[in-house]
Amino acid sequence: MKAVITVTGKDNVGIIAKVSNECFKFGANILDITQSVLQEYFAMIMIVDIKEIEVDFGHFVDSMSELGKQNNLSIQTMHEDIFNSMHRI
Amino acid sequence: MLNTNDILETIKMIREDAFDIRTITMGISLLDCVSDDADRLCANIYEKITTKAKDLVSTGLAIEKKYGIPIINKRVSVTPISLIGGRHGVETYIKIAKTLDEAAKTLGINFIGGFSALVHKHFTIADRNLIESIPEALSVTERVCSSVNLATTKAGINMDAVKLMGEVVKKTAQLTADRNSIGCAKFVVFANAPEDNPFMAGAFHGVGEGESVINVGVSGPGVVRHAIERAGDLDMTGIAEVIKRTAFKITRVGQLVAREASERLGVPFGIVDLSLAPTPEVGDSVAHILEAIGLEKCGAHGTTAALAMLNDAVKKGGVMASSHVGGLSGSFIPVSEDQGMIDAVNAGALTLEKLEAMTCVCSVGLDMIVIPGDTSSAIISAIIADEAAIGMVNNKTTAVRIIPAVGKKVGDFVEFGGLLGYAPVMAVNSFSPEKMINRGGRLPSPIHSLRN
Repeated sequence: MKAVITVTGKDNVGIIAKVSNECFKFGANILDITQSVLQEYFAMIMIVDIKEIEVDFGHFVDSMSELGKQNNLSIQTMHEDIFNSMHRI
Repeated sequence: MLNTNDILETIKMIREDAFDIRTITMGISLLDCVSDDADRLCANIYEKITTKAKDLVSTGLAIEKKYGIPIINKRVSVTPISLIGGRHGVETYIKIAKTLDEAAKTLGINFIGGFSALVHKHFTIADRNLIESIPEALSVTERVCSSVNLATTKAGINMDAVKLMGEVVKKTAQLTADRNSIGCAKFVVFANAPEDNPFMAGAFHGVGEGESVINVGVSGPGVVRHAIERAGDLDMTGIAEVIKRTAFKITRVGQLVAREASERLGVPFGIVDLSLAPTPEVGDSVAHILEAIGLEKCGAHGTTAALAMLNDAVKKGGVMASSHVGGLSGSFIPVSEDQGMIDAVNAGALTLEKLEAMTCVCSVGLDMIVIPGDTSSAIISAIIADEAAIGMVNNKTTAVRIIPAVGKKVGDFVEFGGLLGYAPVMAVNSFSPEKMINRGGRLPSPIHSLRN
């Protein structure tokens, strides 16, 4: 079971560290990170394994979103099934 | 591993193109609620609905969070009430409507459908009582939706019902005159009504359905429009392919949500309705899709052809994406719920006659159209008869949801609020069809209904 975390916003020091730390806190294992900075705009897609997370997935989604708000970023966490359904037959 | 472009495409659809799941609708059978005691009957109805659907809203919210996709409405449809009303009189039917309204409020859902009667051949006494109660029921409740099916390809058109419906629409408009005749926005008259439609106001839980069922309605006019705009200069075959691909992706999400809702609630999955359902929000318009195909304004000559292609491509793309497709599935063309349609009416590009032509090829019919309040009931009946004839002959669902807004005339605006939107009052051909409507009887079914 995986989730996709997308992070967008103004570039800043320590974005990846903060998001990774939050994942670590809940026991979500990071599998892949794609990240780019276009001018001042930061965009990251992180794929994490949520099999072992210690909280309900909804709570994890809320915590990530809250972290985003605190740091002026938009952080969205979605279960991988929505992407698999839409793009794979 | 997931592809970055695919991830970004999905996120863009949701954030920028207003892609959403329009409704998770739980169908609930009320056949076992029957009682000869009015209080007992209402108590049974209330208890069954609030028990069966108690987790509907919370489940919808949980799925919304899991997949990051908005699920706009959670709703309930019930067995056509005329089938469970038995010998009860008009007063009891109004009491039932109030009970449904209460149940909807308890559950936290915005609409409950099924205050309905199926009279495509003739009326039962219960049907007559229910129909008589519709205007008052819609004026004293907030969330109850009502529908009447008065024609099928097999049975023909019940012209007595057609006459009656004109009067019901007029009376409903008058009883809710203080609220822009909003009662009529919750009442739809059908030909060939589907039994598993999850969309309001026409949803009801058909007699062939089980105890309860989960039906899901997807949406996404904005996604289709953007895909067409991005596709550039393709010929019409190319545009149809783009629409098919987009409809497939949209429907897959609908199927995912339907399956998950069904599992979580322990209720069988019924169908996914792959309708393009617009909302008054900017970017969520079917008219704008037609304009993106290459019409200056929706309603221009060519609109019917473009809509025919759109409606067909949506089905072809969607049908492979879901194990069961049903309901209305196609493209809705409501006026008040679609900013592009509203603009087209204001610009003089879209008229009632053109909309009628469009209903020959769209998924439903004349929807959310506001006409002058002084339109006679015979004219409303005749509009209904025309739509029913289109549905009957073409083997398709057609419907009329029309609002003769009391005190309003052509050029005025009527505001309903929320998903129901706002609409300009449209001109109606005022030559009288009264003599034909007064004839009543049954309009025979077409020869091609004899398919056995």
